[in-house]
Amino acid sequence: MLRLERRPSPSRFWQAATPVLAVLLTMIAGGIMFALLGKNPVDAMRTIFWDPLFNAQFASYSRPQLLVKAAPLILIAIGLSLGFRAGIWNIGAEGQYIMGALAGAAVGLAFYPADHWYIFPLMVLAGAFGGWVWAMIPAILRSRFNTNEILVSLLLVYVAENILASMSLGLLRNPEGGGFPGSRNLSQYPSAANPELIAGTGMHWGVLAAFISVIAAYVLLQRHILGFHIKLAGQAPRAARFAGVNPGALVVLCMGISGTLAGLAGLFEVAGPAGKISIDFNVGYGFTAIIVAFLGRLNPIGIMLAGLLMALTYIGGELAQFMLGLPAAAIQAFQGMLLFFLLAVDVLTNFRIRLGARMGVAP
Amino acid sequence: MIGGISPTLLIASLMVASVPIILAAIGELVAERAGVLNLGVEGMMIMGAVCGFIAAVESGSPLVGFVGGAAGGAVLAFIFALLTQVMLANQVATGLALTLFGLGLSSMLGQRYVGIKPPATFDLPLGPLTQIPVLGPILFSHDWVVYFSLALVAATWWTLRATRAGLILRAVGESHDAAHALGYKVRRIRMLALLFGGAMAGMGGAYISLVRVPQWTDGITAGAGWIALAIVVFASWRPWRALIGAYLFGGITVLQLNLQAAGARIPVEYLSMSPYLITILVLVIISSGKGRATSAPANLGQNFHASR
Amino acid sequence: MTEVLRIEGVTKTYPGVVANADVSLSVQTGEIHALLGENGAGKSTLVKMIYGLVRPDAGQMIFRGAPFAPASPGAARVAGVGMVFQHFSLFEALDVAENVALGMENPPPMKTLAARIRQVSQDYGLPLDPSRRVGDLSAGERQRVEIIRCLLQDPKLLIMDEPTSVLTPQEVAILFRTLRQLASEGTAILYISHKLEEIRTLCDEATILRRGRVVATCTPREQSAREMAELMVGTTLTPPARRNRPLGHVALQVTGLSVPSPIPFGTALKDVSLKVAAGEVLGIAGVAGNGQDELLLALSGELRTAPQMVQIDGKGVGDLGPNARRALALVAAPEERLGHAAAPDMSLVENALLSGVVRKGLTKRGFIDWPATRTFAAGIVADFDVRTPGTHVAARALSGGNLQKFVVGRELSQSPGIIVINQPTWGVDAAAAAAIRQAILDRASDGAAVVVISQDLDELLEIADTFAALNEGRLTAQRPVEGLTVDEIGLMMGGAHGMEVAHHG
Repeated sequence: MLRLERRPSPSRFWQAATPVLAVLLTMIAGGIMFALLGKNPVDAMRTIFWDPLFNAQFASYSRPQLLVKAAPLILIAIGLSLGFRAGIWNIGAEGQYIMGALAGAAVGLAFYPADHWYIFPLMVLAGAFGGWVWAMIPAILRSRFNTNEILVSLLLVYVAENILASMSLGLLRNPEGGGFPGSRNLSQYPSAANPELIAGTGMHWGVLAAFISVIAAYVLLQRHILGFHIKLAGQAPRAARFAGVNPGALVVLCMGISGTLAGLAGLFEVAGPAGKISIDFNVGYGFTAIIVAFLGRLNPIGIMLAGLLMALTYIGGELAQFMLGLPAAAIQAFQGMLLFFLLAVDVLTNFRIRLGARMGVAP
Repeated sequence: MIGGISPTLLIASLMVASVPIILAAIGELVAERAGVLNLGVEGMMIMGAVCGFIAAVESGSPLVGFVGGAAGGAVLAFIFALLTQVMLANQVATGLALTLFGLGLSSMLGQRYVGIKPPATFDLPLGPLTQIPVLGPILFSHDWVVYFSLALVAATWWTLRATRAGLILRAVGESHDAAHALGYKVRRIRMLALLFGGAMAGMGGAYISLVRVPQWTDGITAGAGWIALAIVVFASWRPWRALIGAYLFGGITVLQLNLQAAGARIPVEYLSMSPYLITILVLVIISSGKGRATSAPANLGQNFHASR
Repeated sequence: MTEVLRIEGVTKTYPGVVANADVSLSVQTGEIHALLGENGAGKSTLVKMIYGLVRPDAGQMIFRGAPFAPASPGAARVAGVGMVFQHFSLFEALDVAENVALGMENPPPMKTLAARIRQVSQDYGLPLDPSRRVGDLSAGERQRVEIIRCLLQDPKLLIMDEPTSVLTPQEVAILFRTLRQLASEGTAILYISHKLEEIRTLCDEATILRRGRVVATCTPREQSAREMAELMVGTTLTPPARRNRPLGHVALQVTGLSVPSPIPFGTALKDVSLKVAAGEVLGIAGVAGNGQDELLLALSGELRTAPQMVQIDGKGVGDLGPNARRALALVAAPEERLGHAAAPDMSLVENALLSGVVRKGLTKRGFIDWPATRTFAAGIVADFDVRTPGTHVAARALSGGNLQKFVVGRELSQSPGIIVINQPTWGVDAAAAAAIRQAILDRASDGAAVVVISQDLDELLEIADTFAALNEGRLTAQRPVEGLTVDEIGLMMGGAHGMEVAHHG
């Protein structure tokens, strides 16, 4: 009979080892899933995790894509992780991402076709603002009316998607686009574009922002009293109040940061890799970032690594779709599975698993 | 007829529109009354939708479809139960994982079924009752799942209120420490409640893909699971209020669809976002009201580990 | 008399702790048998084994002549064991009848049950309304629910775990009459306590536990409280030294404080007024749940009020938060150590930062000075004799007594002007309790104004200069401790809450 025994202090070893173990378990379970789909599991794993980086045929295309895909994931996940640490569950980053992209793109398109140096910086500000505003709705409802922020932030994703549809069919539609939905292409409008900064690397302003956010979050959590209060509020809410933390203000702060970062991610995406506002320019980064945040153990450095790994599964997944005919949804299921395994093995951090007769502890 | 919309038809169709939400909300209500917050309703619903669809198409029987849907939802709920009750994983995070996983897996499973029509679920033959003016079309012209969902509300209400099983379930949700001290199997009771919740969410999902739409497309549940979660809060964890909440939501959905069809001058996107906005509004009104703190099960969302 | 329960050589170990080692005892019909010991002596583990919540590693139990190894509390109840818990066995959102039903194996229909609850509660002088919600009941009434729940099942052995800690002296007297009535009807009672005078009044026999072992058995009436205390603690304890203190200016003043409770099923504070001078210790008594938590929150700043309701050195601070009050030299130590006073999973260093950041200046422009924080934490550990492998361990790894020393030490190490402390020695062993009380008195001698909220009357009488009691959110007038009788104190605490009339025992 298996039995759980609480450790006196969380295990540092397992804190670092659980993500690795979870990835390994997911590879095994994913392999079984792919085998059931009639694919060779070893081929599938190699195509997803190895070929994008080291296969001469694909690497030149795939490697830069790694940063392109990891940047929004890391940016959003860093913001989410602060809230998750504080017990504030913003799960509507997808909506904030869309609203940031819309606000930023709208500013850029308003200037079209003028050529000024300040257009792109203004778009960045607008993108951050758009995400922030969308996150403030659940934040203020939570702190003012005690409304569940999980449900509100999530429901607002559906609202944002409808606004996106309306915008790409209406206000922001390309007047020269022959009536097709979607905006002008921002990446081909130099003053508003978020270009690749160093050719062949995938490095763009969003990647830079992601790295800065990782460093800032690290310093905040390790060295600043605000970071301490965020951790405290999540672990022991009453102790946080005793320490003088204002729960309402913390909600507004954490949601504000995550909304801002999600909005930025949306803007950088729409002005760069995606290029334009279209009905489905968003590909679920806001949701995948939740997995990234947990896989990184809500730790900034961990999130950076997890973001890169998750970006790899996206790229490898596309490759596997193209090479092996693996369904696109398989990768989504694979990512969900990863989160399951992570949550499951996480028990090892706080508990020891003992074999043998249980000692009087009724289940 | 008001603006091209018949009130009788409106009420009849809102009863149908709210069925998936009623089923999922009642299932989640029972789980939450036992003290478990399962945010994976959306994932369980969509798994139910795809499993139910496949089962119905392969067997040719809608009944088998609903059983398959319930099983699909319950399997996902079992994963959740394993993670949160045995491995003591965080309930919020696990619920989200369930939804993300369910969306991916359902899309994978449903690939070969896109564009197929499922076997039809027929109205119950209630004979002369259907001929009653007004009441006939509103109350007596539906398929069995509509009546099942109403019976489920009544049965859940009665079980929670008047039976020993219901009392124990509520006790576990109020204080797992006290329930454990009295010798109740907290973990087992919660797992059963979760499985029930999963089965009901799965059935609700199957109703969407088999009756409401009826076909399979990716993301077919479109947030119905989240609405069901919101309705449980709206209902203050009481079954009859959940029914009211589901009807309210069903009414808005049907109304906006009718307005879309009637060619109202409001853009389609704003009509389709209205149910979500109104759900948020209702949540705000409910949560800002007084006496909220005492109506939620006291141990909701907390994991239980018997130490010493 | 026949033997109801015999325990032979029972042993139970947890990782790192021997909870019970070779424990033996015997209880007869109609006997009230005391199980005496300090916190952590192994009393709770022993009774949990009898009640089927925990299984022994070795040894055996014999109940009414047959070997007894209940697999669950249900099995124990069927066999005839009833237990009244100290904590954790009632459901606040459910009503009395539902709570009783949950503790029975085969409860009758609710209507019949309600009638029987009324009947039995009248018979034993413990009136109870079956339709009331438990969350709205006082601590004493809640205990009645537990007792009635046991009595309805006609137990042969009744286990009472620290039953008087939630009662006023008058309610204690009524409980004792009920227990004697039960004993005279042939019920064996196993009575757990660490209060010696109570045991001397009530119990026929006593088994004394220390660190999991039986160190003595005795007949309490024939022993002095002091002899039993030394058996229980193992050393001779010296009561804390009081130094003569001149009283200073009024440091803390509360005037007409009324505020609703932020806690579900909490108690609102109603028109509370008090005044504490520098160097004075005010002791506030009261049965649990009469507004103690709320009063601490309102004084610490976690619960805001109108500015003038709480004044520090004459300045209204009711609208200030905890850190602003700390800046004005007010420190507070809440009752609940894990989760309120300290974060369980954080290290002692982080927990030192938690409330020490303001007065110890542990941040510069918001950035944490970790070396200074580590020094502060190490200082607390050294000064207050906190037994820990180091300051890096998580707070939850410490024993209750050691964590309490750390939490109280953290507050007292901040050169406080005003100290507010709730249940300073709850669940703490005697040696640690004595050290904590001494430290509080030392700070008062240094000129701090002290408010001690406690449910332990002996403790208050030992350290307080003035005394008041909380009863349903109201505070009585402050009176000097000298010359107060136990009866007067009991009446200040609310007497028997209207039970005298109903008692026919």
